[in-house]
Parts: sequence; C-alpha cells; structure tokens
Amino acid sequence: MATSFFTAKVLPLNSTRSADKPLLGQVLLPSSFLGPSAHKLSLNNAFSLQSQRRSNAVVAVSDVVKDNKSKSKSSISNLLITKEEGLELYEDMVLGRAFEDMCAQMYYRGKMFGFVHLYNGQEAVSTGFIKLLKKEDSVVSTYRDHVHALSKGVPARQVMSELFGKTTGCCRGQGGSMHMFSKEHNVLGGFAFIGEGIPVATGAAFTSKYRREVLKEADCDHVTLAFFGDGTCNNGQFYECLNMAALWKLPIIFVVENNLWAIGMSHLRSTSDPEIWKKGPAFGMPGVHVDGMDVLKVREVANEAVGRARRGEGPTLVECETYRFRGHSLADPDELRDPAEKNHYATRDPITALKKYMFENNLVNEAELKAIDKKIDELVEESVEFADASPVPARNQLLENVFADPRGFGIGPDGRYRCEDPKFTEGTAQV
Amino acid sequence: NMNQFLLGSRVFASRSFSSAAKEMTVRDALNSALDEEMSADPKVFIMGEEVGEYQGAYKITKGLLDKYGPERVLDTPITEAGFAGIGVGAAYHGLKPIIEFMTFNFSMQAIDHIINSAAKSNYMSAGQISVPIVFRGPNGAAAGVGAQHSQCYAAWYGACPGLKVLAPYSSEDARGLLKSAIRDPDPVVFLENELLYGESFPVSAECFDSSFSLPIGKAKASSCFLSLFLGKDVTITAFSKMVGYALKAAEILAKEGITAEVINLRSIRPLDRPTINASVRKTNRLVTVEEGFPQHGVGAEICASVVEESFEYLDAPVERISGADVPMPYAANLERMAVPQIEDIVRAAKRACYRAAKSVPMAAAA
Repeated sequence: MATSFFTAKVLPLNSTRSADKPLLGQVLLPSSFLGPSAHKLSLNNAFSLQSQRRSNAVVAVSDVVKDNKSKSKSSISNLLITKEEGLELYEDMVLGRAFEDMCAQMYYRGKMFGFVHLYNGQEAVSTGFIKLLKKEDSVVSTYRDHVHALSKGVPARQVMSELFGKTTGCCRGQGGSMHMFSKEHNVLGGFAFIGEGIPVATGAAFTSKYRREVLKEADCDHVTLAFFGDGTCNNGQFYECLNMAALWKLPIIFVVENNLWAIGMSHLRSTSDPEIWKKGPAFGMPGVHVDGMDVLKVREVANEAVGRARRGEGPTLVECETYRFRGHSLADPDELRDPAEKNHYATRDPITALKKYMFENNLVNEAELKAIDKKIDELVEESVEFADASPVPARNQLLENVFADPRGFGIGPDGRYRCEDPKFTEGTAQV
Repeated sequence: NMNQFLLGSRVFASRSFSSAAKEMTVRDALNSALDEEMSADPKVFIMGEEVGEYQGAYKITKGLLDKYGPERVLDTPITEAGFAGIGVGAAYHGLKPIIEFMTFNFSMQAIDHIINSAAKSNYMSAGQISVPIVFRGPNGAAAGVGAQHSQCYAAWYGACPGLKVLAPYSSEDARGLLKSAIRDPDPVVFLENELLYGESFPVSAECFDSSFSLPIGKAKASSCFLSLFLGKDVTITAFSKMVGYALKAAEILAKEGITAEVINLRSIRPLDRPTINASVRKTNRLVTVEEGFPQHGVGAEICASVVEESFEYLDAPVERISGADVPMPYAANLERMAVPQIEDIVRAAKRACYRAAKSVPMAAAA
C-alpha cells in the first residue's frame, strides 16, 4: 500500500491531470511490489511488508505538522487547527465512537436487529470531511452510514430511534440502519447495494451545476461527498461515475474508505491494482491517497478537494487508508483478519492520535476532553432512553409514504381513488 | 358511458374513413409533450443516449437540443446504471429528469436504480425525499431485433411498489400520459412501443392544449363501431400495441355477432381494477392480451384480480393471450408465432364465448 507522507504536498489547483504534477505517483514505491506476486503473498506477509511503511507514517504525524507551514489556516502558529476546531473534531469523533459502541450493546440486547454495520476506527474520515461542509452540501453513503449521518448533523436520538425501528426515527422507522435519509441535513442515504450511492451522489452534484447554469442560481456552489469502500472500487458504477463526473466537471468528491476488507474478501485478493487513487488520473481527475487514521491529514486533503469542487474545477478521488475495528457487521464473526493487523491499527486509533496531537501542542487539557467524553456519554445514553420510550410505528404507517402522490395506489372498488377513502390505511394490508 | 361509446366509435370512424379530424403520430405526440413540459418548467431535463445531437435514437427528442441547449438535453456515454442513478440523485434534489433508455431492455443495466433508489426512496426516507423522475423508452417486441431487444417489461416493473407504470397506445394516450408522468412527483416507468411511433391517430381538440393530461390509474374502455351499445359479450384487456390488435379483433368478432369491450389499460401500475371488473361483471367473460412472457405476466394479475373480485360473474374461464414462452426468435415466421396475432385474440374470444372447439394447445402455452 502506498505511504502517506506525500499528503504534505499541495494539490495543484491549476491542473486536473495528475500526470502533469510531480505529485503522487513518482514518490511512491514502484507498483511491482503490488504486482502479480501480491496474490501469492499470504496475508501475514503482505501485512508485515506494509507495516514497515505504516509505522513510518505514524511517526510522521508530528513531522508533517511541523513542516507544514504554508497550508495552515492559522498562520500565526504552525498548527493545523485551532483549539475550537480541535474540540469540534474530537467531539465528533467521540460521538461516532460512543454511538457505535452503544449500537453494538443494543444489538446484543435485542433492541436493534437486522443488518448493522459499525464504523469504529474510521471516524477520522467522516469527521475530517463532513465537518468542512455546509448544511446545503450533500452526503451520500453506504450501509455503514450511522456516523456519516451524525457528523452531518442528524441528532443522535433520531438515528438511535431509527435503529430501534421507532416512529421517531429520522425515517420514521421505515429505513433502518442501512437507509439513513435526512432532507434537512442533506443526507441522501444510506444504500445497501455498494456502488449504488455513487451515481446518486453524482446526480446531486449534477443538480448543483444545473442550478447554477440553467436555473441561474449564481451562488449555488453546493458540493457532494460520496463515501464508499474498497470493494466498491471494482464495481462498474464507480467507473461510470468517475467518467461522467470528470466529463461534466461535477462538484463531487469520491471518498474511498479503504479498510482493506469487503466482508471477508481482502482488497489485495480482489483487485488487480490495489492502489485506488490511481484510478482518478485515468479519468482526468486528481487521485489522492491519505492516511485515513489521522483526522488532520484527512481534513487537509478534504479542504483542498472541497475547495476545488466549489470553485467549479471538478471532481477529486480521495483514497483514505483506514480500518474498521469491528467486523463487517455485527453478524460477522470476523475470523479472516489477522489479529496482528487488528492490533497494529488499534495503535493508530484516530481519537487517540488527535488527543496526542492536541496535548503535545498544548491546545487543550485533560479536563476539557474529559468533559466532552462525559457530555457525549450522556448524549448517547439519552438517545437510547429516547428511542426506548418512543412508540413503534402505528399500523397505518405501513401504507404511508410509498408514493408522494398516493393516488398511485389506484382506484378502489367504489370508483374513487383508494387514498381518498378515510379507511384506507386503517389497519388492513388490503390494497 | 355513451360518451365512451361515441369516443370509441369515433376512433373507428376516423380510422376507416377520411375525415376532418386532426391526426397526430405517436412520435409527434411524445415530442410535443416533452417540448411543452420542458418549456413550462425549467427543472425538467432529458438525459440518455443519442437524445441530443442524434435527435433521438427514434427521433422522439427531435429538435429539443436546439431549443433547450445541451445543459437540458444531455447526451450521455453508454452508462445506463450511471446516468439512471444520476437522474435519481438529481430528482432527490427536486429536479425533474426524464431518463431515456434506448430500449427498455437496456434498463436492466439500470434496474437497481429504478427499483432501489427511485421506487423505494420515498418510503425509506419516510416521505422526506420524493423522486419525480420519468424513465421512458420503447418496450416490447419490434421487428426482427432478436431476443435481447424484444422483451416486454410491463410485468416486472408493474410488480414494484413505489413505481407508477404507464403504457400508452394512441397518440392521445402518449401525450396525455407523458405529461402526467412528467408532472408526477413519483418515479414513473413509461413504456412506449417502437412500432407505434410512426402510427397516426386522430386526436381530440383538447389534446392539443398544453395543459392536457390523462389521469394515471384509469383505463379506457371502448368498443367496436358496429356494436350499438358497449360490448356485452366479452371483455378484452390489452395495453400498448395489443390494443390495436384487440380493436381489430373486436371488428372481426362483431361480424360474427360477438360484441367485445376492449379495455386499453393505459396504466399497468396502478391497475384500474374497478374498470376491468365492472366490464367483466357486464360481459361475464374475459380475455387478457399482452405481448410479454406468460408466466407472472400482466394477464395473470388481471385474472387473479377478476377471480378475487368478480368470481360469481364469470361464465367461462379467463383466457390469457401472451407472447410465447421463449426468447424472441429472429426468423420472421418464428417471430410471428412468438407474438400474439389478431387471429389468436379472435380465437380466444370465441373460446370464451363457447363458440369454438376446445382449444388446441399453442406454442404460447407453457
């Protein structure tokens, strides 16, 4: 896998073709490392070879920060974030982690059911990207979408209620874990099919451009983020959208959360060229690889990419190297991953890394972080209580919201539209 | 009902004799509907293969690129899943895309988006996000295009909650239903027919009005000109091209003293069960006609509906005419055998009226 040190380099703003830049490609190891022989490497071998590279990356966090003077927002110091930003990022990541841990507890107690996919370990990606967005920007995700919804601003109690299948959920209990939608916060799903969200996100980005150019809303610079995994990068829809997004210069960022595993299928076993960021330049957009366990690096890259999109310069493909601490879903026994790999990534916990950074740079003290921890714990507890106390959907909700225009249920035996009959949704499923 | 009779007879009168009534091809009907709806609402746009510079693979979108520009008439690369999904994403945010599939066979590459992200989204989001999108294109068999270009998708899409599925026959149907579809806040699958594009139909004066529309979910009953009242011997349901065949079959049957009521379904989903059942309760016999495959077809659903609601009124078993249970062959004579013909409908109607010998199993039977 590629290393992360080049994230210190600036994304050139005036060229969409990575080939023109002495940027990402040349700095990397030759791809023969990941060539055909990669298939024959056992997981242990592949992992240990990569681990050498990764351990460099861990140490490099502080170095990158110190070197990075030009990119910093706060130019007075050479820090990447202010205290307020740091606290915001910390709180968001802790919320994501605490919420997901609570989901696991609730699942094993039977309060949550079906398919639940948890985001533990990947918080830096969600926080790093979504905290840079405005409310009008859109986020599209996969089934691993709880934390994306939380980062975007959907209240924790609404997400928890949705997971419990209660009528106070963000989708009134009709969507579930894999289908988080919020019109208010522009969370456009929540899709179970991998790759399905990518064209939808591309369409949302298309709308931004359409509103600006056809409907003449000159200030419409909304961007869309599409989150998806390494497995999705072998799916046809991904390539179709890379093509069209670059062709029409849509304001979208394709964020790959490469956690190396698609259920039990290792990324190396399923992909001919595992370096996903390379697929961007093939379609005419920059491809960036970033250490997804470091929220500050992710935020830097995200800032660049979002800026590009807002200015109308087109899409970016960002590959975040990250890891999920839990199995694919709560039903996954997670037997195929090497414990050494898991332990290694546990040492790169993004929350711990941010904490360390903030302490080392004297941005916060212990007490402030503890206060946030406590606040989040209470918030998550409260959301569980709220969800518990909420009612399950009423019977008549079964037939509601199938159509925006419920005359789509057709005409009843009395010759009137069924939906006009006051007894229509009263309790039978007879349509 | 007299109105419907008159309308039905007027259809026949105009088709049989030259008259001063205005005529319009289905192609022009669709083109004018698209043009007017795009003119009325800037949020409407068209996306598909060859819709722009090529003027439409079947010339349905002719002239629209020149009129509305490339931002609203978008030629896409060959990426059905991609552009169908892009349409859905745009619809999420309130635009009104019209996605053209060159034929509905290609919609299978995009079916994930039609069903999962279009049809189901209003429900999954509990009404927050509706999807005002139209998926349109030619459906069903054409002439000699082979197995992969000839399938009818009415039954598949008609099974899905959250979708509205329309199948126009005449120019008036095409114009009115397409306008309704574009204005509708829900995803609509609009199944046209390539062989009908060039066919010309008389249209009423109000059809030319830009606010003209036909309601979704209402079928149209008509009958042969020669019967004095609406058909009272047998009900024949059909949609799309088969409506024309059914009407011709009704003419032939009328000469033998059997008056048939032909129901142009217009809307596959929601199905106009009341109209169908009311007709069956009057005639007591039913023949369903469709071009698609027999198993789990539209006719099967209509039969089930009639058995559930009007069982006591049936005097004969329901006759189901469908395409043959084979992939569409290429050879012209085989293709002719694989699609319902007018004589098949006549024979079935006679069987239903007990005026024919017991049926000989045909290739159409499973």
